[in-house]
Amino acid sequence: MADAHSGGIGRHARLALEVAFWALAFGALYLIPRKLLILNEIAILGLFALSLDLLLGYAGLLSLGHAAFLGLGAYTAGLFALHVSSDPLLGLAAAIPVAAVAGLLSSFLVLRGSDLTRLMVTVGLATVFGEIANKAASITGGADGLQGIAMGPLLGVWTFDLFGRTAYLYSLITLLVLFLAARRLVASPFGLSLRAIRDNPLRARAVGVPVTRRLIAIHTIAAVYAGIAGALLAQTTQFVSLDVLALHRSADVLLVLVIGGTGWLYGGLVGALVFTLLQDALAGLTPQYWHFWVGLLLVMLVLVGRDRITRGPLALLRGLASGPERKNPAPEAG
Amino acid sequence: MVLALETRGLVKRFGGLVATRDVSLQLPVGARHALIGPNGAGKTTFVNQLTGVLTPSSGTILLAGEDITRLKPEARVRRGIARTFQISQLFRSLTVAENLGIAVNEQRGTGYRAWTDFAHDGEARREIEALAHEFGLEALLDARISELAYGRQRLVEIALAFACRPRVLLLDEPAAGVPEAERDALLATIARLPADVAILLIEHDMDLVFSFARDITVLVEGGVLTSGPAEQVANDARVKAVYLGEAVDA
Amino acid sequence: MLTIVIDGIAYGMVLFILAVGLSVTLGLMNFVNLAHGAFAMAGGYATVVLTSRAGVPFFAALPLAFLATALAGIVLERTLYRRLYDRPHLDQVLFSIGLVYMAMASIDWLMGSQQQFVVLPEALSGRIELLGVAVGRYRLFIIAVCGVVVLALQSILSGSRFGSQLRASVDDARVARGLGIRVNRVFALTFAVGSGLAGLGGALGAEILGLDPSFPLKFMIYFLIVVTVGGTSSVAGPFLAALLLGIADVAGKYYVPQFGAFIIYVLMIVVLLIRPQGLFARGR
Repeated sequence: MADAHSGGIGRHARLALEVAFWALAFGALYLIPRKLLILNEIAILGLFALSLDLLLGYAGLLSLGHAAFLGLGAYTAGLFALHVSSDPLLGLAAAIPVAAVAGLLSSFLVLRGSDLTRLMVTVGLATVFGEIANKAASITGGADGLQGIAMGPLLGVWTFDLFGRTAYLYSLITLLVLFLAARRLVASPFGLSLRAIRDNPLRARAVGVPVTRRLIAIHTIAAVYAGIAGALLAQTTQFVSLDVLALHRSADVLLVLVIGGTGWLYGGLVGALVFTLLQDALAGLTPQYWHFWVGLLLVMLVLVGRDRITRGPLALLRGLASGPERKNPAPEAG
Repeated sequence: MVLALETRGLVKRFGGLVATRDVSLQLPVGARHALIGPNGAGKTTFVNQLTGVLTPSSGTILLAGEDITRLKPEARVRRGIARTFQISQLFRSLTVAENLGIAVNEQRGTGYRAWTDFAHDGEARREIEALAHEFGLEALLDARISELAYGRQRLVEIALAFACRPRVLLLDEPAAGVPEAERDALLATIARLPADVAILLIEHDMDLVFSFARDITVLVEGGVLTSGPAEQVANDARVKAVYLGEAVDA
Repeated sequence: MLTIVIDGIAYGMVLFILAVGLSVTLGLMNFVNLAHGAFAMAGGYATVVLTSRAGVPFFAALPLAFLATALAGIVLERTLYRRLYDRPHLDQVLFSIGLVYMAMASIDWLMGSQQQFVVLPEALSGRIELLGVAVGRYRLFIIAVCGVVVLALQSILSGSRFGSQLRASVDDARVARGLGIRVNRVFALTFAVGSGLAGLGGALGAEILGLDPSFPLKFMIYFLIVVTVGGTSSVAGPFLAALLLGIADVAGKYYVPQFGAFIIYVLMIVVLLIRPQGLFARGR
């Protein structure tokens, strides 16, 4: 029985939609040159949400402290630019091993125990990082933030301008590269084993999947992705504050991912777009109380049911793009 | 000759409760062995210890002579022991092919590879298709588990365990919950499993037990009541008492 | 030294009162209620409003704060929380974060974002001599009140019919229902009392913890630590954990100011590494 959510229109249509998506994203450089700063924000948030998707959507690990790696990457890149070299790519490269080590080491904590324990551990970790950043004010600038970051030109050619052209291009290309790598990852045997772990860890073990090792690996990768997003943030905004490690950062990115939908990679990107546009619109109405509306949105989302909300336009998009998670498949008779 | 699977004096205690009482079982290569007993006798607890989900309080488990008592579940699968579950434990959002693929990948040692495209792995696909053919699942390879009828799911359940290339296969009530119409296909499939794989079958369905088993062990309150060739156990007065008693209560 | 111990005990007691509701609802309903801090905040602000605007004496404001938040708890539980008991934890987390955000923004809008101060009655201000050391009266008051609450909780739990119904429901809700226990009522009442206690804790704690719209998120980690270390299957567990944390935090900040704040986080991490189910919990 064919239904609107099955596989979709076909591979060619899917490919066309994807190409259109990225073409528009790049085309924005010329089409909406005055909005590049906010587009840069969206690209970075999208990458951050993508990193959480790897963790939550594909491996089934619930984290409320993912901002820990965002912040780690941001401060690393910022400090690198201030004290070592203002070359952006080198700074990006510097953030990678730092985030990787942090992700690797913390995975032993994060993977122990139940969902609830994990929740507390991830919040705890992000809070600890926040406290460290706060206390080490002489290095991190503390509550005032890391200031005076001046980035050199990208690849020695493109300087970071006030309009955000170079920034957006930089973030977008990084996002695209990492997105394609993530896609490769989830289509691989490793990615398949992750989805098995998410669906049924008991059975995964029972068919020989080394569950802990795989989860450590994806946790590390997700941390690196988040760290890179943080580095981009520091480099393109040329500022890092304690806010990058705040609890609401981790909560917001969770909301972003939930809006776009977990488990299909584009969820983070679409969610980032919707979230940022919403924020922009609502912030105009009630600037301080943005979080009230976010809260209301979350409550409604949950009460109505995440499934039912994404049934509409987003589900259609998902069905067309990759169709991984159908909601109500037709049951076989008998 | 080395036994495919052997337990020696296996004991499992939960606080004051003794769930497994000094169970010694021997499974030769190619065994067709049934484990029966009233509800609560501890059959599934026993299987859980064999596969590593539970750690025995004392005793040893030997797989082809090797002590696996302290090994983690995933390591035991590598050594050649696999199981099915009483209530189907499948990867529900994935297709049949993907379900089988997971086991196949681990057996082939490619499970960790993050850079290759699983969909284009020809060798894996061939192995999956061979498995599907064995179990009559070819038409369903691209169907999601959540879409399959329960009887088909039980077939996938066995196919998945079999995909682990086990030397010892533990079937935990494979026919449980399967509607009448689909039982025959299931039973025929079990009968066709290779002769060199040792199979331990837990079942309540006596027809299945007697059509399948060459040897039977009866477990009562965690301990072995009797064990031996099927005929002998079937005629054992104590076994009849245990089951007759159960039938009267039921 | 004595002051530090007293301070630590007072701090720990307040943490306990604040967190015990969370611990019980977690253990009982398996529900992750990150909005717990919002009830505490509500209690704190209710007390501020009652004492400074409505002229209600402090001693009367406290039980009123308890009742008001307990009432809010019942209403929310019946209308919203109840629908989410069987949902995956992600949904519960998202829901409670949403509630917290709404609560925080509402308070900010209603009362402004500045620190609130509770005017303490004469009887509780200043210090008295205890064993040759000057100890804050308010701290002693807190210890006294919390001590009474703990004893009351313990006796209700072990001595009353409701207590045994609660313990049965925590152990196994299905079996409890089968025994005829009205588990839903137990949930509602427990949630109400837990929220009420949070409100009381917020009221008591305003003076020593501070009170502003960011309270729920700021202190959520502390509640989580108490619940993590203390486990969710008893009252004694979180109590001991809270005391431990309170003393460790106060002592840490005094003796090792640079790293004082980290001590409790490190403690939490160490505990989770060794015993993921909590220091004092029965293995669940």
